[in-house]
Amino acid sequence: MSSEEKQPLLEIKDLYKEYDKKMVLNDIQLQINKGEVIVVLGPSGCGKSTLLRCLNGLEPIQGGEIKLRGKSLSGKDVDWQKIRQHIGMVFQNYDLFPNMTVIENILLGPIKVQKRDKNQVLMQAKELLDRVGLLDRIDAYPRQLSGGQKQRIAIVRALCMNPEIMLFDEVTASLDPEMVREVLEVILGLAKQGMTMIIVTHEMAFAQAVADRIVFLDAGNICEIAEPQEFFTDPKTERAKQFLNIFQY
Amino acid sequence: MQSSVISMVFTSQNLMRLMGGLLVTARIAFISIAIGSIAGIGFGLLMTSKSKWIKGICRLYLEIFRIIPILVWLYIVYFGITSALNIHLEGELVAMIVFSLWGTAEMGDIVRGALESLPRHQIESGRALGLGFWKLYRYVLIPQAVRRMLPGAINLATRMVKTTSLVVLIGVVEVVKVGQQIIEVSRFQVQTASLWIYGLLFILYFIICYPLSVLSKRLEAKWSN
Repeated sequence: MSSEEKQPLLEIKDLYKEYDKKMVLNDIQLQINKGEVIVVLGPSGCGKSTLLRCLNGLEPIQGGEIKLRGKSLSGKDVDWQKIRQHIGMVFQNYDLFPNMTVIENILLGPIKVQKRDKNQVLMQAKELLDRVGLLDRIDAYPRQLSGGQKQRIAIVRALCMNPEIMLFDEVTASLDPEMVREVLEVILGLAKQGMTMIIVTHEMAFAQAVADRIVFLDAGNICEIAEPQEFFTDPKTERAKQFLNIFQY
Repeated sequence: MQSSVISMVFTSQNLMRLMGGLLVTARIAFISIAIGSIAGIGFGLLMTSKSKWIKGICRLYLEIFRIIPILVWLYIVYFGITSALNIHLEGELVAMIVFSLWGTAEMGDIVRGALESLPRHQIESGRALGLGFWKLYRYVLIPQAVRRMLPGAINLATRMVKTTSLVVLIGVVEVVKVGQQIIEVSRFQVQTASLWIYGLLFILYFIICYPLSVLSKRLEAKWSN
């Protein structure tokens, strides 16, 4: 095994983040290997979403370091526009651009940012749309789609940038319950193909099914990192036990 | 009897003169609207700047045009600035300068309002795709803002068309002035001349402004389906 393969894809060291002098994330240590699926769990306001947003530069960090393939993403001279092409992100809100059709949404990044060949991207886009079952909506506008369809398109849009890692920020949280499954199945499919992912979710069954490791955050600190089987059946910390109890009636 | 009165006012020569005046009105209005719209987008972007200084200066510029009547602006530039700099500017050019500056200020504020009303996550999902500042505005934010600012922009455009009637006061012979000249010549023969001429002006202004309203309705319908 070469040294590059041993190196984690994404490495978070001593990460510290505050808003207006108020600590939001503290002492975060995490290594994510290629092909690994991390699910971040925790109560509302624990910093899960902020953690994801720090990873692609939407939020500045006040301390520590984030490394992608060993290269630091801290400091002023970091070109986030370039890094974001390697880190795809899908948000909770339906974030398609309403002024563009499905295919225009998908092609925007690859063509205008990555300057790739249009026909090649179009082929990739069609293949991905077909895989998420939405090839027939290629020319639809976002307003003509259901919430679940929009999120599947948003996933395809991020995938078309050929990212090395995907971040999912509560992508099913605003969805009608009936539509949650269709989106989660797409993510599960990605996991099976070996996509590296960090997922923030409140869907516990899904977390257990998809995760290689669960990261449990509370009040801005990592309380526990465990394999899903272990985390859900025998959590080590009191805080995690309390948290899991909320989800059982 | 009545029809002969009308024909005395609306001779073909008078109609030609009115059309000439209308052309001046339309030229001042539409050139200013075009310049104001393009510069207004730039000004609107500046107004959303994070810098307090830039914001403050933009605010000052906008308020100056809002507070000082356009007529005073026309006088300041036509009489004041020209004599201070000892230059001569044609009334029509002065009108276009003042109207463009005014249009830029007001259009900028409409653009600012539209940009600020866009959901924050549109900016974030654009950035997450690696779009830089210009591409984000060009492909994502401005096209969406244009849709939102359309009613306000059309309203401004019609206001600018109507306000061109002030430029007669700096000696520009536009459609209202031509109408007044015709009334003055013919009022001894035809006592009701002002009714007919101003009635026609009413229709002429309608003809210029109505297409703007139709255009706005069409675009709104197209974008909302």
